[in-house]
Amino acid sequence: MVHFTAEEKAAITGLWGKVNVEEAGGEALGRLLVVYPWTQRFFDSFGNLSSPSAIMGNPKVKAHGKKVLTSFGDAVKNMDNLKGTFAKLSELHCDKLHVDPENFRLLGNVMVIILASHFGREFTPELQAAWQKLVAGVATALAHKYH
Amino acid sequence: MVLEAADRAAVRALWLKLGSNVGVYTTEALERTFLAFPSTKTYFLHLDLSPGSAQVRAHGQKVADALTLAVDHLDDLPSALSALRELHAHKLRVNPVKFQLLVHCLLVTLARHYPGDFSPSLQASLNKFLSHVISALAPNCH
Repeated sequence: MVHFTAEEKAAITGLWGKVNVEEAGGEALGRLLVVYPWTQRFFDSFGNLSSPSAIMGNPKVKAHGKKVLTSFGDAVKNMDNLKGTFAKLSELHCDKLHVDPENFRLLGNVMVIILASHFGREFTPELQAAWQKLVAGVATALAHKYH
Repeated sequence: MVLEAADRAAVRALWLKLGSNVGVYTTEALERTFLAFPSTKTYFLHLDLSPGSAQVRAHGQKVADALTLAVDHLDDLPSALSALRELHAHKLRVNPVKFQLLVHCLLVTLARHYPGDFSPSLQASLNKFLSHVISALAPNCH
């Protein structure tokens, strides 16, 4: 189980409060699909994913990205119980969506990169380290119910 | 394993922009790696890893020089990096998975310093370039 210090929790929560979830979600999912093209395999119904600009401008990508990042907000609120928080979503991603959990790690790292680009100087190495713990914890929690 | 023309152009253009500051960013990437992924410190028992360490800065410059060498030899990375492969694979015996952590932190560093330039396609090109570098450093590559 991941353990967060009080400072890490405060730092993570503080930054999260400033994130535009809708924009960042679309950007995160879009970048995942651009940089790791095999992830497009889960989104055949999304229409035009033929180029970076098509992907980043695709309304379904933006909408789904917002959904994913909104869900990530639950992680920020429940850092002490990530496995419990994501149990149902873990089952969904295994049983219905059949997503390789390795892709959760990739998305987590893409999110960290986006935070760095949005927050610049504020995204110190220490803050990044706390966020890496969180995204790793979420990826593990989402993989937890796989069988 | 060859990098496509568009990716090469993007990487070269970025490197021109970074100029003589590549070492600054690779040093920051190392610092981020040690903090975010503490297991990587196990390969640096001989270095002072405290914040602002001159030794980390020196190592950052070595990494920068190696990456610049790679950018200048995109046609034949395995050959250009053969000495570094020998070093990392056979002498230092670094688990190649660790290189990915440094690569990630380098991307984070560049995104932090050049947000306006760090488009999704640049991120993709850089990721491909750095993946090629990692492959060229792995023990089973000749």
